[in-house]
Amino acid sequence: MPEPKRKTLKRKGAGGRAVHDVGGLALGSIDREEHDLALWEKRTDAMLILLRDNKRRVLSVDSHRRTIEDYGQQAYDSTTYYEKWIRAIRNLLVEQNVLTRGEIEARMAEIRARHETGGRKISRGKIPW
Amino acid sequence: MDTSHARSFMPGDVVRVAGRASLGHCRTPWYLRGKTGVVAAIQGTFRNPEMLAYHKPGLPAVVLYKVRFKQSELWERYAGPACDQLEVDIFEHWLEPTKGRMANGE
Repeated sequence: MPEPKRKTLKRKGAGGRAVHDVGGLALGSIDREEHDLALWEKRTDAMLILLRDNKRRVLSVDSHRRTIEDYGQQAYDSTTYYEKWIRAIRNLLVEQNVLTRGEIEARMAEIRARHETGGRKISRGKIPW
Repeated sequence: MDTSHARSFMPGDVVRVAGRASLGHCRTPWYLRGKTGVVAAIQGTFRNPEMLAYHKPGLPAVVLYKVRFKQSELWERYAGPACDQLEVDIFEHWLEPTKGRMANGE
């Protein structure tokens, strides 16, 4: 995931809305173009479907939505669709006691080190919890 | 669809969307709060998403209505045709009764 760009949108007249609930606010035009999905984005989609199936029930559409809606405005505005998804999946895995934060961070460090050794370009960005 | 569930509203009833703020997850968009519309259909009963969002069973299930709004009443300076309408699914606990009735929800 690339480091989020610092782009916080002004929510003029937002009142008591939640951060995602921007229908009707003047936030510019909507990008209606189709975009190719990266492999990690497809994997994120697959992971969500598996985690909410009847066998696992780790999360629901609603708990996933709630986790995304709880992001601060800057995190919400500066992340893409699947970046929001994967961050929420990670946090729900911890919330539901499937993995610990320590386990996820240790694995991330391991993968990062492996990629570095292999000479691959890696992002220094960290996704806040 | 669970037909045994008590329903407060029938198609054609004029209803107002509650003007309150939400605590946590809810599926009622802000731009509809306090707006008046007409029940167009009963969609069924569903587990409450506001509780499912926190890993609760979401029971008792709540009735979901299709509510029809006039676009010109939702948006200031709406530029489209006066007959434009918007249909939104809204759960019963977000709807308040009014004295109004409209035939066939039109």
